[in-house]
Amino acid sequence: MSRLSSRHLLGLENVPREDLELILDTSVTFREVIERRIKKVPTLRGITVLNLFYEPSTRTRISFELAEKRLSADTVNFSTSTSSVKKGESLRDTVQNIEAMKIDMTVVRHSSSGAPYFLTQCMDTNIINAGDGCHEHPTQALLDMFTIRQKYGKIDGLRVVLIGDVKHSRVIRSNIWGLKTMGASVAVCGPATLMPYEVERFGCDVYTDLDKALDGADVVNVMRIQAERQQSGLFPSRREFSALFGINRDRLKRLNKNYTIMHPGPINRGVEITSEVADGKSSVILDQVTNGQAVRMAVLYLLSGRTEGETE
Amino acid sequence: MASKKYDLAITGGRVIDPELGFGRIADVFIKDGRVARISSEGKSAKLLQNFDKDQIIDATGKLVVPGLIDIHVHLREPGREDEETVFSGCRAAAAGGFTSVCCMPNTNPVIDNQETVKFVQDRAGDADARVYVVGAITKRSEGTELSEIGDLVKVGAVAISDDGRYLQNPQIMRRALEYAGMFDIPVMQHAEDSFLVAGAVMNESYQSARLGMAGAPPVAEEIAVQRDIALCRVTGSRLHIQHVTTRAAVDAIRKAKAEGVRVTCEVTPHHLVLTDEEIGKEFNTSLRCNPPLRSREDQEGVLEGLVDGTIDCIASDHAPHSMEEKDCEFDLAPPGMIGLETTLGLIKTHVIDKGYLSWADVIRKMTVNPAKILNLPGGRLQEGVAADITIIDPDKKWTVREKDIRSLSKNTPFIGWKLTGRAHMTLLGGKEVFRR
Repeated sequence: MSRLSSRHLLGLENVPREDLELILDTSVTFREVIERRIKKVPTLRGITVLNLFYEPSTRTRISFELAEKRLSADTVNFSTSTSSVKKGESLRDTVQNIEAMKIDMTVVRHSSSGAPYFLTQCMDTNIINAGDGCHEHPTQALLDMFTIRQKYGKIDGLRVVLIGDVKHSRVIRSNIWGLKTMGASVAVCGPATLMPYEVERFGCDVYTDLDKALDGADVVNVMRIQAERQQSGLFPSRREFSALFGINRDRLKRLNKNYTIMHPGPINRGVEITSEVADGKSSVILDQVTNGQAVRMAVLYLLSGRTEGETE
Repeated sequence: MASKKYDLAITGGRVIDPELGFGRIADVFIKDGRVARISSEGKSAKLLQNFDKDQIIDATGKLVVPGLIDIHVHLREPGREDEETVFSGCRAAAAGGFTSVCCMPNTNPVIDNQETVKFVQDRAGDADARVYVVGAITKRSEGTELSEIGDLVKVGAVAISDDGRYLQNPQIMRRALEYAGMFDIPVMQHAEDSFLVAGAVMNESYQSARLGMAGAPPVAEEIAVQRDIALCRVTGSRLHIQHVTTRAAVDAIRKAKAEGVRVTCEVTPHHLVLTDEEIGKEFNTSLRCNPPLRSREDQEGVLEGLVDGTIDCIASDHAPHSMEEKDCEFDLAPPGMIGLETTLGLIKTHVIDKGYLSWADVIRKMTVNPAKILNLPGGRLQEGVAADITIIDPDKKWTVREKDIRSLSKNTPFIGWKLTGRAHMTLLGGKEVFRR
């Protein structure tokens, strides 16, 4: 078993456990590579990867780019500010023109849910979703799971709480699907106005009371709260959000002993999480960033169809 | 020797007139564009001996019904003649079995003045269907100032609507109802509270939650319908709710009707056949429409309303969009799908064959009922009426194929669907406008 069941990674909903385990296991190898003095392997030599970013991104874009470079792939970057999108070119035309220059894999970040699926209908390359609208962000969830497994040696049976803007968070959605498939018990917590309709049907516990949500949890994954949500009236003020849903030292008492604090970044320090907690000894926030590269290398490698030792 | 007494005979079909309940095998004789005689099976054998072969249409095994009427279509002319014209839309209508269509005023410019009404009527002059124009309730359909409704009615507008947009201001809606009441025309409302659906791209449900898309909640329709029923009650005018999609709205209309409020409503085939569960499968932009495809639970509520008569008629909301505009990300696609050529097949396959309605019920909801709502002349198949007649092959199995679509736009999610039942021939004023 060394192949994924799909040639694309569009999301984690309905991805079988064997695939998730294969990605996480393969990531271990690449995690080792990035600790070496020479952080580069020839695995994807001759393969060209397009990084298609229709939305601003710093860490995901850099993480993918570094992952590609460390696999010896050739990379080409596209972002809206420098593209022909401003000239009114359609997504299909844009990608087909770039693909005509012979691209093998595409990493896409887009503000429309389903845009990565749309690309599978426009191009022959492998498609990796780097975040689509409020839908999914599978590599973020995979790196979160990798980080959890790194610390506990397992995911099965752990209690993971995802906190914040559940309605608009693609990170939360992908985490829910992945964690459930891997056997974790999942809860979400946030203001009622930031809960999606029928959120119970995700198959996780739902809380609007943070203390109850934290009770007996092992992992707390805190999401960034965006200022624009307040501007559109979804919660009254950052102050009140912080008072009701902010993670601080006091609140950690309810967690299980060997607890872990996570955050996909970027952090609003003092809003959804205090600096004391974000930088504390139980925080794995920077490990997440490092692990992200390993996970992305694994995904790129597995989807490329290259087998071990084969570099053409 | 050709018959001189009659021009044409449609023989051996099952003739349905929803008003008289006439549903037997009969021969229909046409003279000078009108139905001159309907006689029961066999009774006109002698008469037919005088007919030339090309004067007889053999309708054995088929249904002979009043020309179908669709009171909700978008013909896109003036403004988007690349997507549809009055002429092309009417060709599509004829192929779908429709002899009359009512076009919505959200063209560019908006149909909010006499000149634009006349322009559309002029374009329809030699078209394959009768076109009745619906004028805008408010100037440019902006929801702030009433159009010159009297002027619109004077040149033939049959109703007013700001379709595509909900007339959000209750004061203006009240005045529109009062004012339209003077002319005995209904106000047709696209009932979805605009604040509650702002930014929405699909139904608000578990499906929108899963897909991370902004949802239009069913309660937005319920609130809009309830408010307009209340205004309809106090004004005594006629209100027509366009494309109902929710159980709650159907319940509200049922209750209002029982009370005697003058409200009517329509449903589209796509809301009867599709649910929001389809969207996540392929993000097919043809599935994006307003109001959105709802949950199964709401769909069942709408079907109940269709069966018990709360829903008066079936209308396609034929909404052509260019390939260029629909070939994109789901949330960036304009809402709407074409429907004129698939309505009949969808209704036969998914409403009649599933036991919800009989052919007689369906014909009623696609002919006489819509005619009554808008005071249109058609919808009946009786001696003396204009010979707008649709001959339906009820058992014809067919597949929806893009190349067969006559509409200039091809935005339908039903490509590849296997359906049963299709218009075989369409006559407009006794003249053949379509034959398969």
